[in-house]
Amino acid sequence: MNIVVLVKLVPDLVEELTIDPSGTALDASWLRLIINEFDDHAIEQAILLKEGGGGRVIIVAVEAEGVDDVLYTAAAKGADRLIKVGAEPGSGPNNHALARGLAAIVKELQPDLVLTGVQAHNDLDGPVGPLLAEHLGMPYLGYVAGVSVSPGKATARKEYPGGVIAEMELSLPGVLGIQAAEKPPRYVAVSKVRQAMQTATIESQPLAGLDASGGLPIGRMFQPEASQRATMIEGDVEGVAAKLVGILKEAGVL
Amino acid sequence: MNQDIYVVIEHLRGQAADISYVALAAARVLAQGTGGEVVAVLLGHNAQTLADGLAADRVLYIDHPALADFIPDAYLKVLAPLINEREPRAVLLGNTTIGSDVASVLSARLGAPLVSSCRTVSAEGKATSQICGGKILAEFALPDATTILTVIPGGYSPEQGQSEQAPPLTPAAAPALEDLRITLKQYIEPEAGDVDISKEPILIAVGRGIQNQDNIELANDLANALGGVVCASRPVVDQGWLPTSRLVGKSGKRVKPKLYLALGISGAPEHVEALGENAMIIAINTDPAAPIFQVAKYGAQIDLFDLVPVLGEQIRQAKGS
Amino acid sequence: MPERVDFWGIPLSWNPALLVYALMGAASLVLLIRLYQHVRLWWRVGRPEPRWDKLHLRFGRMVKYAIVQVRILGESYAGVMHAGLAWGFFVFFLGTALATIDSHFIEFLRGTPYLVYKFVLDAFTVFFLIGAAMAAYRRLVVKPRRLTLERGFALSLILIVLIVVGGLVVESLRLAAERPPWALWSPAGWLLAQVWIATGASEAALVNWHAAVWALHLGTVAILFVTLPAGTLLHIPTGLINTFFSKLDRPTGRLAPMPQGTKGGSINVTSLRDLTWKQLLDGEACTECGRCQDACPAFAAGTPLSPKELILSLRTALRRDGPALVAGSAATPRLVGEVVQDEALWSCTTCGACVQLCPVLIEHVDAIVDMRRTLVYEGRMDSKLQEALANLGRYGNSYGQSERGRAKWTQPIQPKIKDARREPVEYLWFVGDYASYNAILADISRKTAEVFQLAGLDFGILYEGERNSGNDARRVGEEGLFEMLREKNAAVLEKCSYKAIVTTDPHSYNTLKNEYALPAGDGRPVLHYTELIDQLIASGRLRFAKQLGTKVTYHDPCYLGRYNEVYDAPRRVIEATGCELVEMPRHRDRAFCCGAGGGRIWMEEGQVKERPAEARIREALGLEGVRAFVVACPKDLTMYQDALKTTGHEDRLVVKDLIELVREAL
Repeated sequence: MNIVVLVKLVPDLVEELTIDPSGTALDASWLRLIINEFDDHAIEQAILLKEGGGGRVIIVAVEAEGVDDVLYTAAAKGADRLIKVGAEPGSGPNNHALARGLAAIVKELQPDLVLTGVQAHNDLDGPVGPLLAEHLGMPYLGYVAGVSVSPGKATARKEYPGGVIAEMELSLPGVLGIQAAEKPPRYVAVSKVRQAMQTATIESQPLAGLDASGGLPIGRMFQPEASQRATMIEGDVEGVAAKLVGILKEAGVL
Repeated sequence: MNQDIYVVIEHLRGQAADISYVALAAARVLAQGTGGEVVAVLLGHNAQTLADGLAADRVLYIDHPALADFIPDAYLKVLAPLINEREPRAVLLGNTTIGSDVASVLSARLGAPLVSSCRTVSAEGKATSQICGGKILAEFALPDATTILTVIPGGYSPEQGQSEQAPPLTPAAAPALEDLRITLKQYIEPEAGDVDISKEPILIAVGRGIQNQDNIELANDLANALGGVVCASRPVVDQGWLPTSRLVGKSGKRVKPKLYLALGISGAPEHVEALGENAMIIAINTDPAAPIFQVAKYGAQIDLFDLVPVLGEQIRQAKGS
Repeated sequence: MPERVDFWGIPLSWNPALLVYALMGAASLVLLIRLYQHVRLWWRVGRPEPRWDKLHLRFGRMVKYAIVQVRILGESYAGVMHAGLAWGFFVFFLGTALATIDSHFIEFLRGTPYLVYKFVLDAFTVFFLIGAAMAAYRRLVVKPRRLTLERGFALSLILIVLIVVGGLVVESLRLAAERPPWALWSPAGWLLAQVWIATGASEAALVNWHAAVWALHLGTVAILFVTLPAGTLLHIPTGLINTFFSKLDRPTGRLAPMPQGTKGGSINVTSLRDLTWKQLLDGEACTECGRCQDACPAFAAGTPLSPKELILSLRTALRRDGPALVAGSAATPRLVGEVVQDEALWSCTTCGACVQLCPVLIEHVDAIVDMRRTLVYEGRMDSKLQEALANLGRYGNSYGQSERGRAKWTQPIQPKIKDARREPVEYLWFVGDYASYNAILADISRKTAEVFQLAGLDFGILYEGERNSGNDARRVGEEGLFEMLREKNAAVLEKCSYKAIVTTDPHSYNTLKNEYALPAGDGRPVLHYTELIDQLIASGRLRFAKQLGTKVTYHDPCYLGRYNEVYDAPRRVIEATGCELVEMPRHRDRAFCCGAGGGRIWMEEGQVKERPAEARIREALGLEGVRAFVVACPKDLTMYQDALKTTGHEDRLVVKDLIELVREAL
């Protein structure tokens, strides 16, 4: 069983984000990129499926600073094949373009199951998973927190608000948008990653002519005004507690 | 192409989701600019009553047994030809487990542009999306073509999308809905919690800052002193320190307390969006840059482990116990 | 003429020489064979590790620790007790050897040498019996928790007492029969002889009893030899050997890198086969004295770790599974996870108290880290630790904050601290994670900078170029992460021009000094700031305007004190500030760890009865009049401040970093 995992790198929110001079994109010079958290879960879910029922896990990652490390880490976890798809310089393709470009590559891999993170925090034209699914002609189910596979079918647990789960069956080949893997992403020792750097190879594939239609050009990118801000209560522990009691009394809670 | 704004109504087991009301409110703003109608698109089975209370000019209702529950494939088979045929100016869905599954596929299938994570729109046809954990906003000008938008809460309140009357219902035919590639097997309820936090007026919320399961005792103590109940953000529930029934957030419960005391909660959008508008949020967090301080009414940059026991003491004293 | 007579009073018909040599020869053979079986296990099961270098130093160690037994003497009761038993036995053994030489080679046991010989033997007999009495009392009445109170131990004690008493009785019977004029040179024997004399037995009867007891004595000695490897007395040869082979080539503060396998990959300790023969020997040398357990902060806190049990479990596993492993079977229980529990391994703070105290020089921490490396490799750790390690890897600090913010704490400082990456400095100050990112500790860092500036030091920091030194990452078992951090730091350091490195964090101090292999052969020392301040005071560059006069106590940080033996410099500094230092009962190399080391501060606390830091605060509170608890490590500061809060004693004691005292006194 072939499992393809799509991985993107996104801006690390630990760093301060700034807008570049054009006013329509993030300033790339200060950006640190890390793996999209949900894609990390997708990798974990794929490895879990492989460990449970066999199969091959193929990682397809979008070229960006730090992508090699991400791929080698995935190899250290048990991924079988690593593919890096070249992006054009600049702020990178939007998801519509990416989905079109990836469709050809992924189709060739003949996946039974495609996993990817349900969203990325910098998505502006929708997540890439469902777009890719449509180009591949496969069904898509998102917000999945648990997958099991049987011949020709995947059973996925889809999260609804209020803690409700819908157990749904998807006929394979299909695409799943992962919200959470069944277990949190495992730790990989640095030595294992370094070993993977010696033994694993990353294949590079260009991304075919990117058609970005479907995503709109950004008119303006900006940071929200630090609008309202809470009234901060100062003082030592006793003082703060006392003031809080006062506030609670006034609010009629006490 | 007509100038109507369509809103796909999301519902789960007989209840319309808050996000649909938010989307209706947004649609109203857009419609003011385009001069068209706000049309709610309701897919379901024997679900006409859901149309009541929607602030739409009319409701397009498609009934089919296969639509009794949300199945992405089924919704797509209905919506794609519908939108293709009627060419509304815009189609709004929630940026949710229902809306998100459908919106992007529609965009690809129909070749219609898509803007996701929309927070607000303007009558001039602009949409503003919020990304990167709430740190960045991006503004788009909606083109002169059918555009799909997914909407997040925060820009409009659900009340703005509600109406006293029931809008007129226009039935539409459903296409054949067999050979669906996705089927629903069953719903799994969360463990029946001892409390329903969505009904509690006083909530003590714990986040990652509580550090471990044992410390939740502290919060429980304070909750007892106040007469409230402990709830949590996602990191706490993911660790298993509290059951899912206590989760406040996008995948958890929406709550409408009077008082929301947030202990060690950073204030991620997925969490904050589930807090009712009228909640008085008091945030305790040692990180002055925590986003929670932007939504809280009061805040204190103090260690919760220092404050909570003392606060509990003082509250008990104030209550005269 | 006093002289030693071979086999006095033993009937010639017994052919005593033949009897003795044949019996002892046979017993020795059995002993050697049985010992060999143990050695064979370590040798065949364990990995090879060369420890034959510097033989003279090794002999010296053996004498110091196994014969003189300096560590055992560290405790008064047990010290005297064991000295009596052990030195007694060494002397008796020596005495027998000398007697053999006297019999067959040089007859020197005559005249004064003989008398001295008798006296010494008798004195040690008494000493031995006192020791035996103390041992019996301890084992049967006091029953300290840390001792393994098993029947076998009591039996061993009875056996050796029988032997020594037998020897005394033999001697006394001879003295009673012979009544030589020099009898008083054997005072104990002579005293006992009075008893026999009082019975009015005839000389012939005495001689008969003498022969009988002599035979018994010979018999018990043979039994001792034969049973030695089976019981507790195995620690006699194994303890000796263990001290001989103890770690010489590296300082305590340096861990061994991951062993490389023959095929080039590193070896993870999953089974006994992956431990070195020395580590297996450690298991068998353990005397079960339990001092390590008593000193262990993790054990005191109620965690599943007992250093004693850990080492003994290696022994149990070796004896149980060793033969099968030698035969090539692979179906033995896993070492990590089954023989030793994950949680026990994670509970260690790597404070080194166990290693410091062990009378036979067992290296517990090395074994624990080796096994932790396997846990890390297999990803078996709690999520908090996982996050901390991921943060260390990505951001170079365990807080998960951007490395760009590392030097934010320096903003208020005027003039701006020199950037050691760009300008040459005399002292390169390696600040450390906690001192940079933690709000309270950043304050201490600022005070330190102030003091440095007031002293006119030419110093600089690495700003964003600094990463976590990796000391604790290594002790957690993430060797790869440690290597990566070391590489990054070393690369930055290489480009800098400095005369010495000074650090405020003992953990960084330890690894920079011992594990970084800095090109410091050119004499660029790594100093802890207390050493630096001490030097500055001594050279007059730092003068105190005030004498503080507060009564304080000082907590020796594990990685500064025990690991690197810096005890006096901080104390001199405290004295120089005019504070009165009152020592806690457990001080210097006996200091009780705060519980943060070994990555514990990054882990979930787990089930803890009493936090080590809280216990330490209570210890300090027991000191009359002490107002301040002085520390010299950022982790200590946070741990003890927290402990003061949780124990509710903030009104009685305040935790201060040494630099605060220095600043106040300037």
